Amino acid sequence: MVPFAGYEMPVSYPSGIIREHQHTREHAGLFDVSHMGQILIEGDHCAEILETILPSDLISLPLRKLRYSLLLNEQGGILDDLIVLRTDPDRFILVVNAGCKHQDLQHLKTTLGNQLNISMVPGNSLLALQGPESASVMQSLGQQVSDMGFMQNRDMNLADIACNVSRSGYTGEDGFEISVEDRLADPLAEILLADERVMWAGLGARDSLRMEAGLNLYGQEMNDSLTPLDAGVFWAISKSRRPDGRQPGGFVGSEAIFDALSRPQEKKLVGLVPEGRVPLRGGVELLDQADNPIGHVTSGGYSPSLSHPICLAIIDSRHSAIGNTIYASVRNRQIPTTVSTLPFVKHRYHRVPDNLKK
Amino acid sequence: MKTRYTEEHEWITQNDDVFTIGITDYAQEQLGDIVFVQLPEIDSEINKDEELSCIESVKAAGEVQSPISGIVLEVNNDLDGEPELINDSAEDLGWLCKIKCTDHSEFNSLMDAHQYQAFLRQLS
Repeated sequence: MVPFAGYEMPVSYPSGIIREHQHTREHAGLFDVSHMGQILIEGDHCAEILETILPSDLISLPLRKLRYSLLLNEQGGILDDLIVLRTDPDRFILVVNAGCKHQDLQHLKTTLGNQLNISMVPGNSLLALQGPESASVMQSLGQQVSDMGFMQNRDMNLADIACNVSRSGYTGEDGFEISVEDRLADPLAEILLADERVMWAGLGARDSLRMEAGLNLYGQEMNDSLTPLDAGVFWAISKSRRPDGRQPGGFVGSEAIFDALSRPQEKKLVGLVPEGRVPLRGGVELLDQADNPIGHVTSGGYSPSLSHPICLAIIDSRHSAIGNTIYASVRNRQIPTTVSTLPFVKHRYHRVPDNLKK
Repeated sequence: MKTRYTEEHEWITQNDDVFTIGITDYAQEQLGDIVFVQLPEIDSEINKDEELSCIESVKAAGEVQSPISGIVLEVNNDLDGEPELINDSAEDLGWLCKIKCTDHSEFNSLMDAHQYQAFLRQLS
């Protein structure tokens, strides 16, 4: 167990990180992510008002649909990354990082509190079932989910337990994030684990899975002095809210980000594959051929799916071309590393053609 | 053959002037799945408490300090391709290296198996 954002969290269960990781890629892993914050926001004109702080197109967000978004400061720095869910025309839920949830709530209340009702959703646990066999596990509990696409949300009963389920996750695999009343979380986990395709997985596997999937972790690839451009999450700014969109800007940080867009990009998030087998950890300094510092590894470790080390790094964008060699300085040795395409392991989300959607 | 243990969870076995060094089962369990082992160079001279090896697991990097001074005679090259040998067999097939040392006093001052077990109990 390790302390994580004020919670005691298992790095791994007895089977160990590598087995938990591989089991999730091949079958289904179950993650307890109850530490994450769920913030409820409601009130008249909720979408319009939320758009003044989130860079996403929320007015046209369909009901029961999720969108990845960012909380930004005036300088365009990232305060948190989050998932926004529209449950009703004027009611949204933001799922935010554990370590940021209290300051996010405070920030939202300060900026929007006079216009909207904002509160932490109490008493809910969150279980993430992730992996290619997740959908058939759900089916064996009586739920037909083939018409439910990636980033969709639905209320459903799983073995008679009332749940709110999103088809989403943090592993690059198909999967579900299941919100359930605290008192029913244990029984639900036991029902899921009774299926031999499901295995507990801890923080260690969660980290190696998301790294392979090229997904950022707040505090590593993102912080309040990095913009969405630096951190490779410009895609989280909806097309309609960009300078050439139909409703450009108008969100906190938009001026700074649009200003940065007009200049050459200085930093870039890249994937790196080190030569050999030494895992490079977050914080390792990166150098160019002439030993000039050009950035740092933000997250790094061993990739159980690829059986070699991988890293995410933010570097001087002049060195960011795919295939370029840069050097990591570790224990007085310089390890050549190659800039690689992200994700390291292909995403396998469940997409439903529009004509089949309910 | 005598085996001694350190508080840093290394084991060391004596065979005349040759000492085989590894990490204990307790240490491998703490580290979790091991993915890379950096071994010392053969013929290099090493002093007690100097870094002998670095063991990287999926969780963390663990430094192994030499419990004795001497010359590196041999390293376990099997660990190159199979670092998980340490997880599977920490106190046998997962040995790290052999060191030649004529002064046995450093070795003799270390804990024996009984003392190490007592030390472990005190940790839990």
